[in-house]
Amino acid sequence: MADLSTNLAGIKSPNPFWVASGPPSNTGYQAHRAFEAGWGGVVWKTIGAPIVNVASRYSALNHGPDRMVGFNNIELISDRSPEKNFREIAEVKARWPHHAVIASLMVETREQWHEFVKRAADAGADGIELNFGCPHGMCERGMGSAVGQQPAVAEKITSWVMEVATIPVIVKLTPNVTDVTAVARAARRAGANALSLINTINSITNVNLDTFVPEPTVAGRSSHGGYCGPAVKPIALNMVQSCAADPDVRLPISGIGGIATWRDAAEFIALGSTSVQVCTAIMHYGFRIVEDMHEGLSSYLDSKGMKSVTELIGRSVPTLQKWETLDLHWQRVARIDYAKCIGCNLCYIACEDGAHQCIDLKTPEELGLDLGPGRVPHKPVPKVREDDCVGCNLCSLVCPVDDCIKMTVIDNGQPPMSWSNYQEKLAAGEMQPIPPHP
Amino acid sequence: MPLQPLLPAATIAANMAELKPALRRQEALVEANRCLYCFDAPCIMACPAGIDVPAFIKKIAHGNPVAAAKTILTANILGASCARVCPTSVLCEGACVLEDRDEQPIQIGRLQRYATDYVAERGIKVFSLPAQTSGKRVAVIGAGPAGLACAAELAQLGHTVVVFEKQARPGGLNTYGIAYYKMKPDVSLAEAELVGSLGVELRCGLTIGKDLTVAQLEKAFDAIFVGVGLGAATRLRIPGENLPEVVDALDFIDQIHTHPLDRVPIGRRVVVIGAGNTAIDAVTQSLRLGAEQATVVYRRSEGDMSAYNFEYQLAKHDGARFLFNVMPVEVRGSAGHVIGLRLVRTRAGADGRPEPIPETEYIEPCDLVLKAVGQEKQVALLRQLFPALQIDSRGVIAHDPLTGQTNVPHIFTGGDCANGGREVVNAVGEGKKAAHGIHTFLTKETATPLVQPSRLGAKQGSSGSGLLSPIRAHELVEALKK
Ligand SMILES: Cc1cc2nc3c(=O)[nH]c(=O)nc-3n(C[C@H](O)[C@H](O)[C@H](O)COP(=O)(O)OP(=O)(O)OC[C@H]3O[C@@H](n4cnc5c(N)ncnc54)[C@H](O)[C@@H]3O)c2cc1C
Ligand SMILES: Cc1cc2nc3c(=O)[nH]c(=O)nc-3n(C[C@H](O)[C@H](O)[C@H](O)COP(=O)(O)O)c2cc1C
Ligand code: SF4
Ligand code: SF4
Ligand code: SF4
Repeated sequence: MADLSTNLAGIKSPNPFWVASGPPSNTGYQAHRAFEAGWGGVVWKTIGAPIVNVASRYSALNHGPDRMVGFNNIELISDRSPEKNFREIAEVKARWPHHAVIASLMVETREQWHEFVKRAADAGADGIELNFGCPHGMCERGMGSAVGQQPAVAEKITSWVMEVATIPVIVKLTPNVTDVTAVARAARRAGANALSLINTINSITNVNLDTFVPEPTVAGRSSHGGYCGPAVKPIALNMVQSCAADPDVRLPISGIGGIATWRDAAEFIALGSTSVQVCTAIMHYGFRIVEDMHEGLSSYLDSKGMKSVTELIGRSVPTLQKWETLDLHWQRVARIDYAKCIGCNLCYIACEDGAHQCIDLKTPEELGLDLGPGRVPHKPVPKVREDDCVGCNLCSLVCPVDDCIKMTVIDNGQPPMSWSNYQEKLAAGEMQPIPPHP
Repeated sequence: MPLQPLLPAATIAANMAELKPALRRQEALVEANRCLYCFDAPCIMACPAGIDVPAFIKKIAHGNPVAAAKTILTANILGASCARVCPTSVLCEGACVLEDRDEQPIQIGRLQRYATDYVAERGIKVFSLPAQTSGKRVAVIGAGPAGLACAAELAQLGHTVVVFEKQARPGGLNTYGIAYYKMKPDVSLAEAELVGSLGVELRCGLTIGKDLTVAQLEKAFDAIFVGVGLGAATRLRIPGENLPEVVDALDFIDQIHTHPLDRVPIGRRVVVIGAGNTAIDAVTQSLRLGAEQATVVYRRSEGDMSAYNFEYQLAKHDGARFLFNVMPVEVRGSAGHVIGLRLVRTRAGADGRPEPIPETEYIEPCDLVLKAVGQEKQVALLRQLFPALQIDSRGVIAHDPLTGQTNVPHIFTGGDCANGGREVVNAVGEGKKAAHGIHTFLTKETATPLVQPSRLGAKQGSSGSGLLSPIRAHELVEALKK
C-alpha cells in the first residue's frame, strides 16, 4: 500500500484529503466526524470578527438529472465567536494530535491579524490559512477577494502575518483575477509558506423567470455569489498548474475546486498539489466520500508502482507547454468501432454542424459492411472520411459509448515541426507557407 | 346456465386499472433526460406516424411539455391513444439505441402520454388552422383511426371534411376494441373531439350503403377516403357454433366498452380460440372479469403464435392457460348452453399446415367460447359500395402505398381495410399519407413533405419515416426474411 502521508510546508497529515474551509468545517463536532470518517486535515471555517448571515444562502446549477454540478453561495465567514472556534480547535487537536487542523483567518487591521494569528497558534492549530478569496460580502468590507485581487495589498497583509507567525502560513487565492500567479508571487515575496487555491468564482447560477430575481433570493433581491463544485474543476486545475509551473512562485500547493473523487484528487496532485481540499462534495454527500478517495488513490498509486503519494506530486506539470511548441505534423483521425457503435449518429451531426463535415451517413450495404440486421435494417451508419478528418476529437467526445470512436495516430512520415520551428524555417526561407485549410 | 357477471365492481375496476400508469413530472424528467437525442434517430424511423421522438423528448426534458405535445400531435393526431396502445417494444422503443448500450430503452410511449395528457388536461390548443379554405370537400367513410387521421390532416391543409360513421360513437376499434387495461374509451373519444375542433364534421350513426349511398357522396364531395376497417370475426364452421355462449371476441370486448364492467357476463371456464393479439386481449380480460380458468387453444405451436411476445407474457402472468397443437371440432352443448369444446390434437402436415391426429379427440369443459381467429375482410361490403374498386388477393383494397390512391382516382384508402389489419398507429400513418395524396389530387400541388426537423442538414434524401418513404423496423425485417 502506497504511503499517503502528506507534509505541506511542515503541516503533516495522514493523507492529503483535507476538508476545505466552509460549512463542513464549521464546528468541533464536524471536525471530529471528518477525522473519524478518514479525512487527513480540516481547514476551519474562516474565523474573524463575528458576522451575521442571511437566510437563503445557496443556489445550484443542475445539469439534466444531475444535481449541483455547480454550487453557489452568498454566505460570509464564521458566524460563531472566535473564542468558541479557538476553544474547539484546541479540543479537536487534543483528540487528534496527528491530524492537521488549520485555522482559516480573515480580519482587517494589522493588530487584529497579529492577535488572531497568535490565538490560532495558542489553540494548537498546525497552520494558518489566510482567506484572501471570499468573493462576496466580505470584499465589500475590504476583506476577502478585495485583498486577494491586489498583489500589493495581499503582500502587505501576508507580511503582517509573517511578523508573528510561529506555524506555517498558507495564502488562499481567489480565482477572480486575470493572472493568479501575480498574487501567488506576492505571497511568496511576503514569505508565505504555501498556497491554497481556488476559492469560489463570482457567479449567478440562475434567474427565476417568474420573479426575475436570481437565486438565492433574499426578500426579492439577490447578490453575486461564489461558485464551486464539479463545474469549477477545470478552472482550478488550470490555476493550480500555473502556480506550480511558475518559477517565481515555488511554493507547495493545497489544491481546491470541484474535487469529489480520488481521480479528481489525483489530477490535482499530478498538476502540482501536495494536499487537496474539498467542500461542495461533502456538502452534497457527507464526510463518507473520503473512503473511496482514500482507497482509489492508494490502489492507483500501487498500480503505477508509486510507493508514496509524493511521487505523484507535479508529475504532469511539465507536460503543459506553450502552444507554439506543439507538433503541427502530428496527426490523428477518428476511427469508429462498429462492433460498439449503437447508431445514435451524434458523431455525424456534431462533425457536420459543429466541426469539419467529414462524416458521412451511408447504409452498411453502401459501405460494404456486414453489421447484421440491426434494430432498423439498412439504417445509415456514420463513416469517417479519414482524409478530411482534422483529428479534432469532437466526435469521440460526443459518442455515448466508451472507446467506440478511437482517435488513432496516423504516421504521415513527416518529422515533428512546431509553430516556432515553422516560423524559423519560414524566416530562413527553408520552406513555403503551409496553404490555408480549404 | 346463462352467463353472469362474477365479480363486484370494485374488484373489476382494480383488475382493469391501467397497466402502464401516467408518469409523474419528476419521473418524466428523469426519463426524458436519459434520451441521447440521437440524430436521424432510429426511433423516428420505427414510428409509422413519423413522430420526431428525440425532439419531443428534449422538449419535455427542458420543461416545455406544450411544445412536446405539439410535435407529437402534428405528426400523430391520435398521439394520446397511441401513447397507450402502441406495441412500442416492436416499434419506437424496439429501435431505441440504448438497448445496444445494455440499458432499458427510453419509455417513449409513456413520455408521449405525459406530454399529450398535459395539454389535454389543461385544454391547451396546439393547432392553428389555415386562414383560408380550399373550397374542396372530402368525405371520409369510417371514424376509426385511419379516417380521423386523414380528416385531421385534410382540415389542416384547408379542405372541408365530413366523416361518416355507422357506430353511435367515433373512434372505431380504438373506442370499442382496445383492451380495457391499456386504455379507456374516453381517451379515444376526446381525440375524436380534437379532430372535430379542427373543423371536421363528424356524423355518427350513419351507415354508408344504407343511410346514404356512395353515389350521393360522390355528388357532394370531390374525393372520398375509405377507412372502414375489417369485419366481424371469422367463423369457425364447426357444429355448435350457434350456441349462445359462442361469442365473437370482438363482441365480448365491445361489451366491456359499452356496459358497466360489473354487468358484463363472463364464464367460469373460458376458452379462447386463436392465438393472435385479439385472443390475448380476450383471455386476459376474461380473467380480469373473474373467469376461474381461461384457456387459449391454438392449432399450431407456440412458436407460430402471431401475438407479440410481450402480450403472450402478460397473458401467462395473468394465469392464462395455453394449449398448443389442438384444434376445435365441435362445441358441445347441453340444454341449449355450452358445456365444453371438443378438441383434436394436431401435427404439422406435409405442407406445414396443421392436420388432426386421428383418435386424439378430447373434451375441454367450458361455459364460454370466444372466437378470435381473425376478422373477416370487408370484401362483400366493398364490392357492394364500390363495384369498380380493385381488391387484391388478400381481400384488401389495392392502393398506392405512398398516396393511398386506389384504381378509382378520387377514392383513397388506408388503415385495416387497406393493410389487412395492423395497429392504430399504422392506420394513422396511412390516413395521413392519404390526406396528402388527396391534397395533391385536389390541388395538383404537392403538400410540403413532412420531413423530420432533426433530419435537416443530412446530405442524403429523407429516409426517416415522415411521409415520403416510411421505414418500419418490423416491416423491413419481414421483407428481409422473404
Ligand atoms: C381486439 C383488438 C385489439 C386491438 N388492440 C390494439 C392495440 O392494443 N394497439 C394497437 O395499436 N392496435 C390494436 N388493434 C388494432 C387497431 O384497433 C386497428 O388497427 C385500428 O383501429 C384500425 O383503424 P381503422 O380506422 O383502419 O379501422 P377501425 O378502427 O376498424 O375503424 C373503422 C370504422 O369504420 C366504420 N365503418 C365501417 N363500415 C362503415 C360504413 N359502411 N359506413 C360508415 N362507417 C363504417 C366502423 O364502424 C369503424 O368505426 C386491435 C384490434 C383489435 C381487433
Ligand atoms: C457555503 C460555502 C462557504 C464557504 N466559506 C468559506 C470560508 O469561510 N472561507 C474560505 O476560505 N472558503 C470558503 N468557501 C470556499 C471553499 O473552501 C472552497 O474553496 C470552494 O468551495 C471550492 O471547493 P469545492 O469545489 O470543493 O467546494 C466556502 C464555500 C462554500 C460553498
Ligand atoms: S475528429 Fe473532428 S474532424 Fe475528425 S471526424 Fe471527428 S469531429 Fe470530424
Ligand atoms: S456517436 Fe458513437 S455510437 Fe453514436 S453513431 Fe457515432 S460512433 Fe456510433
Ligand atoms: S433512439 Fe432512444 S435514445 Fe435515441 S433519440 Fe430515440 S428514444 Fe432517444
